Amino acid sequence: MAQDWKDYEPVLLPNIPDIHKIDVYMENGGYETIKNVLESDEWTPEKVTNEVKAANLKGRGGAGFNAGLKWSFMPEPDGGPRYLAANGDESEPGTFKDRKIFEYNPHQFIEGALIASYAMTIDVVHVYIRGEYKSWIDMFQKAVDDAYEKGFLGKNIFGSGHSVDMYVTSGAGAYICGEETGMMESLEGKRGYPRTKPPFPAQKGLWGRPTTINNIETLTNVPLIIKNGSDWFKNIGPDDHPGPILYGISGHVNKPGVYELPSGMPIKTLIEEVADGIRGGKKFKALIPGGASTPVLRADMCEGVTMNADSLREAGTLMGTAGMVVMDEDTDMVEVLWRITHFFHHESCGQCTPCREGTGWLEKLLLKIREGRGEVKDLDLLLDLTTQMEGRTICALADAAAWPVRNTINRFRDEFEQRCKKTAHALA
Amino acid sequence: MAELKFDKEDLNEIEKIKAKYPTNKAATLQVLWVAQRKFGNVKPEVQELVAETLDLPHSHVHGVASFYTQYYKEETGKFVLDVCTCLSCQLCGAYDIVDYIEDQLGIKLGETTDDGMFTLQEVECLGACGYAPMMQITNGVYVNNLDKEKVDNVLNDLKNGKMPAYEQMQLPQHESTTE
Repeated sequence: MAQDWKDYEPVLLPNIPDIHKIDVYMENGGYETIKNVLESDEWTPEKVTNEVKAANLKGRGGAGFNAGLKWSFMPEPDGGPRYLAANGDESEPGTFKDRKIFEYNPHQFIEGALIASYAMTIDVVHVYIRGEYKSWIDMFQKAVDDAYEKGFLGKNIFGSGHSVDMYVTSGAGAYICGEETGMMESLEGKRGYPRTKPPFPAQKGLWGRPTTINNIETLTNVPLIIKNGSDWFKNIGPDDHPGPILYGISGHVNKPGVYELPSGMPIKTLIEEVADGIRGGKKFKALIPGGASTPVLRADMCEGVTMNADSLREAGTLMGTAGMVVMDEDTDMVEVLWRITHFFHHESCGQCTPCREGTGWLEKLLLKIREGRGEVKDLDLLLDLTTQMEGRTICALADAAAWPVRNTINRFRDEFEQRCKKTAHALA
Repeated sequence: MAELKFDKEDLNEIEKIKAKYPTNKAATLQVLWVAQRKFGNVKPEVQELVAETLDLPHSHVHGVASFYTQYYKEETGKFVLDVCTCLSCQLCGAYDIVDYIEDQLGIKLGETTDDGMFTLQEVECLGACGYAPMMQITNGVYVNNLDKEKVDNVLNDLKNGKMPAYEQMQLPQHESTTE
């Protein structure tokens, strides 16, 4: 697979000019899958859910939970409203993939959301897009308007009696609204304070009603699974984390960008061949594989590692959003880690003390080290802080802030110690 | 600043927004956007107008406006330059770009030029990591792959009232097959 990645034909962002236009999408078989699902007796909602579950489609928003399994958590319909909330808030540093779907293939996402709505007996889809993506919100709204005009959204789609409304909501600048319960609060017009779980969204979600939250890329895979079957999907990439992946490659590479390739691509191939190697002929030093919260890997730790859940876990990190941030030999890891802690401190919503105060202390201590005022014992204080934050808060932001601190210090300890005062070493 | 009032067109838009959700409260973020586009910011008196229009407590609207970074709670320059300095942008020289813009405009981060033309801010990840460093102008267009020359051009254009055009960032796999 590594050899023939150049032959891979993208299916999420296919290389078909103007596929973002509804007519072109339809000429290429678009909206046929939902039509078939709604018109045939064979495709019951349970069968659709089971097919997606069998495909082992892992959520592409970072957590990697089986999407079909998530759908199956929805309770039996009771006649009241039920919601699908599509999460387009992508704000994890290093992640810039979902905007490509809004720009290049919005209708496949809409079709996926329609299939998901049918499978879960949902009649309202809220698509939450980060406010900074104004340009892409406008593009996507146009796609929604066009789908309404053709009758693919709205009442009685394809005469099936199934009705779905889709509404686009703009965020307004808050990373925490990418956390699914924070997003629901924001959709309800409030501060994006995450909710305690349980109750889980499937029981009590938007406006207290059953709700499923899926990432944009996740839902864009759904029409492909229903059209081609779960076996087809499982044959793309490794078993533990199959399917096509939008790899967002950024940092010190010659050709950064979003690349659609099978899951399980070797890290080396992605950096050296796909992204055309490190800029300026420099050496590769470190990789953050799936957004700022995923633990950093030193170059030597990337040997033989592939971009799928199992391989990355073995290497000591996570798949996250597959937003790969590549660093060259000149990169100062103290600077990088300070900037990451600054991000999480800035984005902590402030509800939980360990996170609100903890992210602040992480940043302060790293600032101290960065400015040459740090002592070696500060490194151990930082590591201690991470254990006091992790798992002690409503949502996972504290964990997301703690992991990079622990792993960057542990994996580049020498570099951090060199920046700390020697005198303090004896005191530590 | 225009008179603190929504006109008929705004109110029509607000009705359309309200129709998307089961509660008035849910429209808060979107109506704050309508207000900010009209008045340029959501200062306390604008928040009050939003609260009255949606029949919500002022405290709720204030709570929302103060939580989200994209709402301007005070007056800004005519153009707000949001330079991303987060992770990938940092790696690709975003702080040099900030220094350069500071020098060119004679202001520091968080400040507005005396002529009221530009406000300069540092922001968190804008989701343009592959096109770093970059900035967003007044919650609108993204300007990617910044270098000094490009900054000069953008500042000149803005001074002449010309907003940079939307830059389509091609998918590399699409480019390679169209060769």
